[in-house]
Amino acid sequence: MIHAFLATAQPVVETSTSAGQAAAFWVLAPLAVISAVLVVVSRKSVHSAIWMALTMIIVAIFFLMEGAYFLGIVQVVVYTGAVMMLFLFVLMLVGVDASDSLVETLRGQRVTAIVLGLGLGGLLVGAIGQVTFSGALGTSAAETAAGGHLEAIAQAIFTKYVYSFEVTSALLVTAAVAAMVLAHRERLVPRKSQREQSVERFKDGTHPTPFPSPGVYARHNAVDTPALLPDGSTSDASVPQSLRRRGAVHPRGVAALDPGPEASDEGEER
Amino acid sequence: MNPVNYLYVAALLFTVGAVGVLVRRNAIVVFMCVELMFNASNLAFVTFAHLNGNIDGQVVAFFVMVVAAAEVVVGLAIIVAIFRTRRSASVDDPNLLKY
Repeated sequence: MIHAFLATAQPVVETSTSAGQAAAFWVLAPLAVISAVLVVVSRKSVHSAIWMALTMIIVAIFFLMEGAYFLGIVQVVVYTGAVMMLFLFVLMLVGVDASDSLVETLRGQRVTAIVLGLGLGGLLVGAIGQVTFSGALGTSAAETAAGGHLEAIAQAIFTKYVYSFEVTSALLVTAAVAAMVLAHRERLVPRKSQREQSVERFKDGTHPTPFPSPGVYARHNAVDTPALLPDGSTSDASVPQSLRRRGAVHPRGVAALDPGPEASDEGEER
Repeated sequence: MNPVNYLYVAALLFTVGAVGVLVRRNAIVVFMCVELMFNASNLAFVTFAHLNGNIDGQVVAFFVMVVAAAEVVVGLAIIVAIFRTRRSASVDDPNLLKY
């Protein structure tokens, strides 16, 4: 099929590009492939996203080198701009540290995937290598006929491909509605009012008043420093619960005030 | 340099993307690999336009970009919806339909 497709290129205009373009290609092409591989092998998904952005920018430069100026700019604006931002946004939403587990659920899946990938790559490269290629015509002839690069693309979109273009608009509207529907969440229980919350607090009788603020000392006034109670012990309630769970509470505030071992010990125990 | 080299790069990028889809578990990274395959196919389209002196390849690449944008929006919304209920972005975890 590729044979037939390439055979339509009739007259030879150029079989090789300028030296500058060749130099740019031989610098950028290995970079693109390496960063694509790094997208796959990076353990952290944020690193994958960064390498993905680099690959996309290099592909945009390739577009520009091939005379597809409109697509090159659209690639940068839409892909590296909007799509990668969306990816990073969802990455932050889902949790940056949600890295892959190394456990294989299917035995030998990784090896099989790599073997299949090598097969696919060999097939594609072999198919392209088989083609006798007559040279690049360049799109300049079509562009001068239409009166410019953008004009040529616009003419093609709004005449020959106008139905595809209209269907595309329907697709985009559907996608926007789908995203809204998927992101929407029904509230299962009604929201509690302030009065109901207050009544609830007094009913269990645990702690109706606000919690004490963290300790403020000469050297430490951070939220991880517990407040000192009148009897010399520290108050756990003054430190945020998440810090307590992580074990990041500093008994230093007590130590700074009173370097005796009993006080700091007591602070750690609580 | 022969302009057909762009096709080789496109083929390699597509292969790397396909392997990534098969190997990775994190749904977001799988999605990025799908985007990589889209990019590779776009590069091939633009190269064919360049080779054949025909603007149609660029128009098709433009449509691919639009479809990819729509796909990213819906796909990431699905990932966020699954993450909300299952607290996981791994493609191994949603297996309720299995039983």
